[in-house]
Amino acid sequence: MTIGSTPVKFKITIDNEQCMLCERCIENCSYGVFRREGQKIIPDSRKCTACHRCMAMCPRDAITMQEKPNDYRSHPVWTREAREAIYNQAKTGRIILSGMGNAADYPIIFDRLVLDACQVTNPSIDPLREPMELRTYIGKKPRRVKVSKKGSGDYNLETKLAPNLKLETPIMIGHMSYGAISLNAQLSMAKAVSEVGTFMGTGEGGLHKDLYPYQNNMIVQVASGRFGVDINYLERGAAIEIKVGQGAKPGIGGHLPGEKVSEDVSKTRMIPLHSDAISPAPHHDIYSIEDLAQLVRSLKEATEWKKPVFVKIAAVHHAPAIAAGIARSSADAVVVDGFRGGTGAAPRVFRDNVGIPIEAAVAAVDEKLRDQGVRNEISVIASGGIRDSADLTKTIALGADAVYIGTAALVAMGCRVCGSCYRGLCPWGIATQRQDLVDRLNPDEASHNVANLINGWTLELAELMGAAGINSIESLRGNRDRLRGYMLDEGIMKVLDVKMVGA
Amino acid sequence: MCGIISVIDRSKNYMDGGAIKNALALMNERGSGEGAGYAVYGAYPDYKDYYALHVFYDNIVEPKEAVEELLEKWGKIEYAEEIPTYEQDRLRKQHIPWRYFFKPDIRLLAGTCSPEEDAIINIVNKVNTEIKGALIFSSGKDIGVFKASGWPEDVANFYRIEDYEGYIWMGHNRYPTNTSGWWGGAHPFNLLNWSVIHNGEITSYGTNRRYIESFGYKCTMKTDTEVVAYLADLLGRRHELPEELSVKALAPPFWDDIDRMSENERDLHTALRMAYGGALMNGPFAIVIAKPEGIVGFTDRIKLRPMIAAESGDRLYISSEEAAIRTMEQNLDRVWMPSAGEPVIGMVRR
Amino acid sequence: MGKTIRIDAKGVHYTPLNIMLREAVADGVKEIILDNVLGQRFIGNGLRGDDVSIKINGVAGGDLAMFMSGPEIIVNGNCDHAPGNTMDSGRIIIHGSAGDATAHSMRGGEVYVRDNIGYRGGIHMKEYQEKRPVLVVGGTARAFLGEYMAGGLLIVLGLNSLFPVNERGVGSGIHGGKIILRGDIDESKLGIGAKKEKLKVEDLEEIRPYIKKFSKYFGLNSEELLKSEFTKIIPASSRPFANKYCWE
Repeated sequence: MTIGSTPVKFKITIDNEQCMLCERCIENCSYGVFRREGQKIIPDSRKCTACHRCMAMCPRDAITMQEKPNDYRSHPVWTREAREAIYNQAKTGRIILSGMGNAADYPIIFDRLVLDACQVTNPSIDPLREPMELRTYIGKKPRRVKVSKKGSGDYNLETKLAPNLKLETPIMIGHMSYGAISLNAQLSMAKAVSEVGTFMGTGEGGLHKDLYPYQNNMIVQVASGRFGVDINYLERGAAIEIKVGQGAKPGIGGHLPGEKVSEDVSKTRMIPLHSDAISPAPHHDIYSIEDLAQLVRSLKEATEWKKPVFVKIAAVHHAPAIAAGIARSSADAVVVDGFRGGTGAAPRVFRDNVGIPIEAAVAAVDEKLRDQGVRNEISVIASGGIRDSADLTKTIALGADAVYIGTAALVAMGCRVCGSCYRGLCPWGIATQRQDLVDRLNPDEASHNVANLINGWTLELAELMGAAGINSIESLRGNRDRLRGYMLDEGIMKVLDVKMVGA
Repeated sequence: MCGIISVIDRSKNYMDGGAIKNALALMNERGSGEGAGYAVYGAYPDYKDYYALHVFYDNIVEPKEAVEELLEKWGKIEYAEEIPTYEQDRLRKQHIPWRYFFKPDIRLLAGTCSPEEDAIINIVNKVNTEIKGALIFSSGKDIGVFKASGWPEDVANFYRIEDYEGYIWMGHNRYPTNTSGWWGGAHPFNLLNWSVIHNGEITSYGTNRRYIESFGYKCTMKTDTEVVAYLADLLGRRHELPEELSVKALAPPFWDDIDRMSENERDLHTALRMAYGGALMNGPFAIVIAKPEGIVGFTDRIKLRPMIAAESGDRLYISSEEAAIRTMEQNLDRVWMPSAGEPVIGMVRR
Repeated sequence: MGKTIRIDAKGVHYTPLNIMLREAVADGVKEIILDNVLGQRFIGNGLRGDDVSIKINGVAGGDLAMFMSGPEIIVNGNCDHAPGNTMDSGRIIIHGSAGDATAHSMRGGEVYVRDNIGYRGGIHMKEYQEKRPVLVVGGTARAFLGEYMAGGLLIVLGLNSLFPVNERGVGSGIHGGKIILRGDIDESKLGIGAKKEKLKVEDLEEIRPYIKKFSKYFGLNSEELLKSEFTKIIPASSRPFANKYCWE
């Protein structure tokens, strides 16, 4: 008891006037916050994760949650988080794990970038009335097109096109594995991407047979653990992604605890029941860039050069140079995952301190690829902290071809960003394998929510483009002239290659 | 807003500049008196094997010395002179225009299969970015661009445009938006054998600029029109695309139209869009691009700027307004409005 | 018969030209002939007068008869962009073709074009109470015909061509009025919010007087024309974009 208990993070209060003792809160809280004592519901606030499931299900709005009801003495350096991390580690002597993305108080560059619109000198375009093209091809593009003239006077295409993914909107869903999230969560997203004409990643968890009907819209992942990878898996995917790193935890591997390796997960990942699934930090067949090129080629050979191969890296300091190296391999797209990317579990120290923001990473990668004259030949996919259609639009204007969303898709299925994914008790049925919890997520309903989100953003993207007098997504890509920096420092604006407001 | 007009005589009969002056002046409503210009192909028959470099000098001391030093380093100046100009009441002479007939020494440049052209591009980039007070605004063979800030008729009279003759003429009447009415910003914009006149504003400029710069071009003119010349050079000269396909890369058919094409056509247009997405020009425009072999006119994909074409015998006219064409030729065989994104092509007969 | 005057418009700027027109109308002139018109804009701009006829010989510049309320203008030649722009009442008869945005935002009156019109013909034509604009085109129209149309009647006859309009976006965003095409149109050419229907008897009765006038102006047989097959394009809804938004 040297340290004693730290103050509760959330305090739950029940309004007994309102409460009708339906016990929905008890049924719904997988963390065991609520119990009934006589004619009262009694909360144990210490167990609360602020997942909001109880409030969302309470028919009487009788539950109130207060964040951090007890203050520490305020101190600008020794914040609550700093002190509590110390108490935690003093008690355990271990690495602190955390969920979701970067929670440190870094300024968000997106929020200091503003978009442009037309006035007079060119007309803005109403995207519902006039054509608005968002179709995006992800994959290798020819540097130039060669044609020959046929006898009939028509032209014949001499250039052979590499396989590309055809997206109806530049929004894809990033890789979240079966294991990290539930089958119903994957199913919901798979239905949604099939419906709207885009793609999602399987993560490093194999491809469950229930997802086979949606395989034409799924990108299979090959990560350092190679879980679930066989030729069947590779052939089923619309594209293959080699995961080198992840924005939430650059430079380290992953770890799915044995308790999450249920029978189905074990089958899909092709690993024994209840054994830990450990993804090493590096791929042990990639110790240098030429080895990556080998793996890319090997995957292409295995799949007869029919599938685009992506390489995903975390946005780290040298991301531009690494991307340029990737561009020289046979890879079709590079995925750059910024330091605000989400995760089920990452060491807090990594999540909050390693890597760079996606805004700067995309701009720098795009610039480097252009300098080397190869930008047009490889696609750039950006991810990590894309919250809305404005972030999406700005990311493309900074130079990305498309984005991956992750957290946003989970939020569309009910996730409240409580950040407790690593506990496997997600009451929303998303980050859990417990069947009763998984059953809470109805894929038919949730897929509509995810599709609605993508459709809503797509409409807004089209509106923003139309206002800027642009009717084809190609003309937004890398169009940094249509961005201005507001209260950004000169150094950042130089990296982003944007002017300041008023300029 | 801007007004544009161009004419080609496909039998290479020469026309003097008197008629296009009047045509352009008819469209003064489209300009603001801050920029006008003309381009003529066939301007310098006596020096047709030399690059005719037209330079604006702020003064003819330091910048001129620097330009000439550079030219002599890179090749031979066959002949040089001040471009004759004639004082106009409404036109302030902001620069001294000079012209050089120049041949680059191709032995000096490695790593290119078109050393003459690339040497000229290097020289143009170098002068325009590094030599203060000098701007090369015309650099083709047997081609002359004449432009200034002012109304079309004043600019024409300033250069006595009727004294020049050629088989292709272009004229542009400017209403500046992006940049103020400086002389360099007036159209036609020229690079090597390409000249461009443009009405509208390219909303994809940032994308196009970044795309073209990744092929080694440098945008120095602060205007969206210059990227059109570079794109024409990249697609037409370096990538050897025929004119109609270059236009299809710059103003492509919509995907839903491509989807409905025959397989052969669909593959071709899909490839063009995939390879040249960065070259796609968005926003309102009507553009005419000229090269010694002919002219190509086209508008943006949804026809946000006007363009009328007309024919009379061997002459093909392209303009913002039919009335302007009719000042040059009363009796037209055919007048039509080209479809959005469809090229109107006039080539000299072989 | 009232007075007739003839004006040589050669080289005359549109402002003095319009002053001459207004003065002539004020003087009770009933017929004005403008010769040698070449590209002058705004002719008859805002001009009032119910029994005044203006003949234009030449090529009329943009925005012919914009805001015009009453007079009739006959053009022997082509017109540049947007003849009949926001026109209130009166009539334009064009013996030739017209440019883009013909009859843009037209509120009332009639525009007859013998040959073709450019892009966005009849864009945002609108009607209110007794004001109902009519645009009749003898030849063909281009993409985005009747875009955003909020009212009025737009007829394209497609004489001497396979289709009256064979480009995209026809009636895109239409939420009032109707487009009548002689012949058919492929569904793929219709814009969002537009739907195609067979012509009803009352539609035919509605267009009959305008087809008759068109035929009279350009020397055609209206009865023959009226025997043609017609297609009607109308709004799928008066609020085409209602499903686009949700509240915060």
